[in-house]
Amino acid sequence: MTKKLMFEKPLGMRDTLPFFHNKKEHVRKNMAQVIESHGYQFMDTPLVEYHETVGKMSATHDTHLFKLLDQQGHTLVLRPDMTAPIARVAASQLKKEGFPLRLAYDGSVFRAQQSEAGKPAQFEQVGTELIGDHSSYGDAEVIALLIDSLKQTGLEEFVITVGHIGYVRSLFEELLPGDQDAVAALLSYLHRKNYVGYEKYVRSLGVSQEAKDNLNALLRLRGGEGVFEEARALSKGQAGLKAMNDLKQLYRTLQEYDVASFVQFDLNLISHMDYYTGILFEGYAPNVGALLCNGGRYDTLLPSFELNASATGFAVHVERLVEALDGASDTKKGPLCLLVDDATFKAGLQEAARLRQQGDQVVIQHIDQVADVEKFSLKFKTVREMYKEGGDR
Amino acid sequence: MTKPLTIAMPKGRIFEEAAGLMQQAGYDIGAGAEESRKLILEFPEQNINVMMAKPMDVVTYVEYGAADIGIAGKDVLLEQDRDVYEVLDLKISPCYIAVAGLPDQPLSRIAPKIATKYPKVASDYYREQGEQIEIIPLNGSIELAPLIGLSDRIVDIVSTGRTLKENGLVEYEKITEITSRLIVNPVSYRTKSERIDPLIEKMGEQVGVNS
Repeated sequence: MTKKLMFEKPLGMRDTLPFFHNKKEHVRKNMAQVIESHGYQFMDTPLVEYHETVGKMSATHDTHLFKLLDQQGHTLVLRPDMTAPIARVAASQLKKEGFPLRLAYDGSVFRAQQSEAGKPAQFEQVGTELIGDHSSYGDAEVIALLIDSLKQTGLEEFVITVGHIGYVRSLFEELLPGDQDAVAALLSYLHRKNYVGYEKYVRSLGVSQEAKDNLNALLRLRGGEGVFEEARALSKGQAGLKAMNDLKQLYRTLQEYDVASFVQFDLNLISHMDYYTGILFEGYAPNVGALLCNGGRYDTLLPSFELNASATGFAVHVERLVEALDGASDTKKGPLCLLVDDATFKAGLQEAARLRQQGDQVVIQHIDQVADVEKFSLKFKTVREMYKEGGDR
Repeated sequence: MTKPLTIAMPKGRIFEEAAGLMQQAGYDIGAGAEESRKLILEFPEQNINVMMAKPMDVVTYVEYGAADIGIAGKDVLLEQDRDVYEVLDLKISPCYIAVAGLPDQPLSRIAPKIATKYPKVASDYYREQGEQIEIIPLNGSIELAPLIGLSDRIVDIVSTGRTLKENGLVEYEKITEITSRLIVNPVSYRTKSERIDPLIEKMGEQVGVNS
């Protein structure tokens, strides 16, 4: 092992410098404002949880968990997402509150990474959970809230892609009755975004040509509400029908929310192998090369914490959202500076108090400590050299 | 005008074939690319930018969104396991990954050694076979390894088998077929679908997806 140099940080960890902190703060504040205005209540949970509970229930793969041991030898994890800890709280301390529950969070999550740029091991998520509302009104509420809060930060161009895992599963079960292995293989190809492998696998299956055509047609079920008709034609089963009705209802409700223009459908979208159970979605912005936000309905997480409820929620990757906004949000004015000496110090304090009252940010700096006034001044919106004005002693 | 569509193309051997295919599909991006040393070629009349990349790196450019789409070998996709859509088998530059070694030589019983440019493909393959092996990563002239006793076997790309033959090696097992694939960045796939979908469709017609 090489000796670490003073400036080095653990793999995938980043510092948040003041300019970036400001931008994050802008995003945070704007999102929180919209989320709170919809009656969602912010909460927080510990950074560290038991591996046996939150670690295992979380959607994050075990190899991406940061693990540590406590003094008693229990394995702990740094929380890999906020959904599992909030489910833990909802199923324990909050279970008597009466459902549906509307909760929100803003916190850092941790995912251990391989050595690669651009995949942070710690990042911030702002999100919501709507627990105990099983309807597609619930799904629509969460998606509409996501869209509103993204808009509030100043983001103009983005796409929310919506899918339904229930539809995919029911289509597979209809076309490949009883063939669990084939269903798992096809889901895995979709999850890995490998359409070539999917089509090859379909070719190798011992089912009718019509079934094969229908399986391949799933890959093309993308676009606006037009896909509903095609999707209906492919799947005739009860579960498929229910899923399609969910999606139609969702679309109608999103139209009522007046946000449908941000939404497109992609019925082969699989965000995660076996976490989501109904409607799920991902959001993208054109100038960021990776997922901006995602979410969906999950039915099995809360039961694993012994609460029989379904929930839906979204999580926004704050750093990527800042990247997507790219300076558009840089509204911070920056502080003023009053340069004082012994004689003008008191006058400086009074002036600063007056300016702060007006909402300005004011630094008072004694001139003796500034070696290079010109360089120091670059940091500020304006600098007043009060020491030159002289004081009344 | 909308932002140009950025295509990462593999330099070298595969380029001609890949550019030919693009041209047949109505995307004329081959002109002068190979002769020039420029790494970014602009085709403003088609609103396309082409990046000339090392074949191994095409997938990286596409994953990070530096390019919207790219043409990459399945070998690289298998080895690097990146988050991109693999939408079309272009069926060009066909070859396969195989296990080879000196004739009639059984695997060593203590820690068999495998030399390869594809450590992940090789270890995945042997894990599936229920065999624990040790990988010796090499960057080229893999065939040397068994000849000089560095490894028991090699895992490498075979297209004609001539290199193996000339070095007195034989093929033991075929691991997987390799062709070039059309890959798409997940974000571009959603946000530029009005440009990318027709491209996939036209390319698909050329390679006969539905036949």
